[in-house]
Amino acid sequence: MDFNFTKEQEMVKKMVRAFTETEVKPLAQEVDETERFPIETVEKMKKYGILGMCMPVQYGGAGADELSYAITVEELSRYCATTGVIASAHNSLACWPIYKFGTEAQKEKYLRPLATGEKLGAFGLTEPNAGTDAASQQSRAYLDGDEWVINGTKIFITNGNQADIYVIFAMTDPSKGTRGITAFIIERGMKGFTYGKIENKMGIRGSATTELIFDNLRIPKENLLGEVGKGFKIAMQTLDGGRIGIAAQALGIAQGALDETVKYIKQREQFGRPISKFQALQFDIADMVTEVEAARLLVYQAAQAKAEGKNYSKLAAIAKLFASKAAMNVTTKAVQLHGGYGYTKDYPVERMMRDAKITEIYEGTSEVQRMVIAANTLG
Amino acid sequence: MNIIVCLKQVPDTTELKIDPVTGTLIRKGVPSIINPDDKNALEEALKLKDKYEDVKITVLSMGPAQAEEALREALAMGADDTILLSDRAFGGADTWATSETLAAAIRKIGNYDIIFAGRQAIDGDTAQVGPQIAERLNLPQVTYVQSFDIKDGKVTVKRALEDGYEIIEVNTPVLLTTIKELNTPRYMSVNGIFTCYGEGKYKVWGLNDIDVDVTNIGLKGSPTQVKKSFTPEQKGAGEILKGTTKEVTTLLVSKLKEKHLI
Ligand SMILES: Cc1cc2nc3c(=O)[nH]c(=O)nc-3n(C[C@H](O)[C@H](O)[C@H](O)COP(=O)(O)OP(=O)(O)OC[C@H]3O[C@@H](n4cnc5c(N)ncnc54)[C@H](O)[C@@H]3O)c2cc1C
Repeated sequence: MDFNFTKEQEMVKKMVRAFTETEVKPLAQEVDETERFPIETVEKMKKYGILGMCMPVQYGGAGADELSYAITVEELSRYCATTGVIASAHNSLACWPIYKFGTEAQKEKYLRPLATGEKLGAFGLTEPNAGTDAASQQSRAYLDGDEWVINGTKIFITNGNQADIYVIFAMTDPSKGTRGITAFIIERGMKGFTYGKIENKMGIRGSATTELIFDNLRIPKENLLGEVGKGFKIAMQTLDGGRIGIAAQALGIAQGALDETVKYIKQREQFGRPISKFQALQFDIADMVTEVEAARLLVYQAAQAKAEGKNYSKLAAIAKLFASKAAMNVTTKAVQLHGGYGYTKDYPVERMMRDAKITEIYEGTSEVQRMVIAANTLG
Repeated sequence: MNIIVCLKQVPDTTELKIDPVTGTLIRKGVPSIINPDDKNALEEALKLKDKYEDVKITVLSMGPAQAEEALREALAMGADDTILLSDRAFGGADTWATSETLAAAIRKIGNYDIIFAGRQAIDGDTAQVGPQIAERLNLPQVTYVQSFDIKDGKVTVKRALEDGYEIIEVNTPVLLTTIKELNTPRYMSVNGIFTCYGEGKYKVWGLNDIDVDVTNIGLKGSPTQVKKSFTPEQKGAGEILKGTTKEVTTLLVSKLKEKHLI
């Protein structure tokens, strides 16, 4: 097993780190407090090729590998988990399914502007009554001549009211259960497509999480993605890859909180010395470092498996389960080690703790990751 | 338009530490970076490339093999071609020998409109190489460029002075040395990173690739020799006087008198 980065991966890390320190970090607190979608950062991520980085050059992407992508989401999330998830949802949940299941014409029309970052993408699967049980889709779609007519509501959609291109799911044949679900590509501004509630969230508050409302939304027949009845499979395969992005986000949050804590306890003095001199705190740091490093290996392992075309479903679930837990543990400890100051907005660790929690919930809760891991293990 | 950018890889002096025992620089483990002023030089060239379609940027560097890293970074930022001048014969050069070598390479590249170089390298601080190249190539030069514009083959620049600036109009081909006020260098792009190892984008030229007289280059061709390096003695810390204006001025006058300065 080779633990070394390629030269390109080293460069990606260096570049995204510099980009994050200068462009992303200064906005992180304000974006969180005002719940502002950092549109200027999205523009910059487009300019530097981050948004569609894994897509082939042929379609306007950078042709980056999955590990470079994981490193990118990790580095962005070290200071701003909001920015991390914008990139992750765009890359994993919008670009990838169109690249994997789209027709050549769909790739030209929809993947190209996503891969260059000109347009932002989103993924709409979750509904008010279809969360963990994503198969119980209540959105309905039927073919009317040359058009699909779609009705229903999606909830909690990342990049929701900010995206231009959406991969969405609806039931085309309720009698067939999961085999009755179909995927479609829709565009902002299509007649019958509007946005509903904007969530007021605990963390990743700059990321847009909104309802999508389809009210007799009519889309051309050719906007069907994949085949009729294959939507559930498309959704599950997309989430398998998306989990690597979220695991990387969790890893970044944990690393960021760890860095802040190391810095803080070395300069905070109590009992006449820096609190880092107390063994109890040293042991906490040791545990935090261990969790972060273990998470990193799992995240990189899953990313590398995907890059090599190996089966990564189980590895991605393991990485997400572990890294999100690590993010929760490490950020909670980070606040603890900052004492009362950590509980205030004068330090970033309280934000990191709030941000960490979502990584245990979206793209499959931790319970779902356990189901995936167990099913892959028990057969 | 053909642009040549002269760029050097240097140790990141912001990361340099001084050995408390020997008082010398600790070079081990210090990361290498593109010399900051040279990044501004490259950025200005890249801005021209953003604006005009027919711009070709060749980045030229002299240094050891490891300088490849800096040139790949330049490619990932958007340069078209890079050339590293690397040969034992070039080693140990002072600014005179360095500019001789770089000028020979530039003659070989030929057909250039603008040569951008950073004002000075942070590991030498001489600010001599850019101007010397211009002299050797018989080119007009403007140093300390803080703003740049080109129209119909005419270059207009603002040249920074200690307490003001000059506006200078100059014809191409021209050599310009750049300062950090000129622009904010971009980052590498992901697209650039994944193409910078592409074939033919990075060349190494040795002694036999350029037309120079060996007696004029490298250590032997260098009229200046470093006799000794030392860390200057630390000056004592200054003293800050505190109090009301009256107290401070009285104290100041008495202290100056004490030292027979007034
Ligand atoms: C900020 C944010 C962004 C999101 N972004 C997107 C997006 O871009 N696109 C999208 O489609 N969705 C998105 N989601 C939705 C997210 O994926 C769902 O919230 C998640 O899948 C859980 O569904 P639920 O909220 O309905 O919870 P529920 O399914 O109601 O789950 C409640 C609890 O019960 C547990 N549970 C449920 N069923 C079982 C079971 N069988 N066994 C064990 N435990 C179970 C769950 O693990 C959880 O702990 C987002 C959500 C949030 C909050």
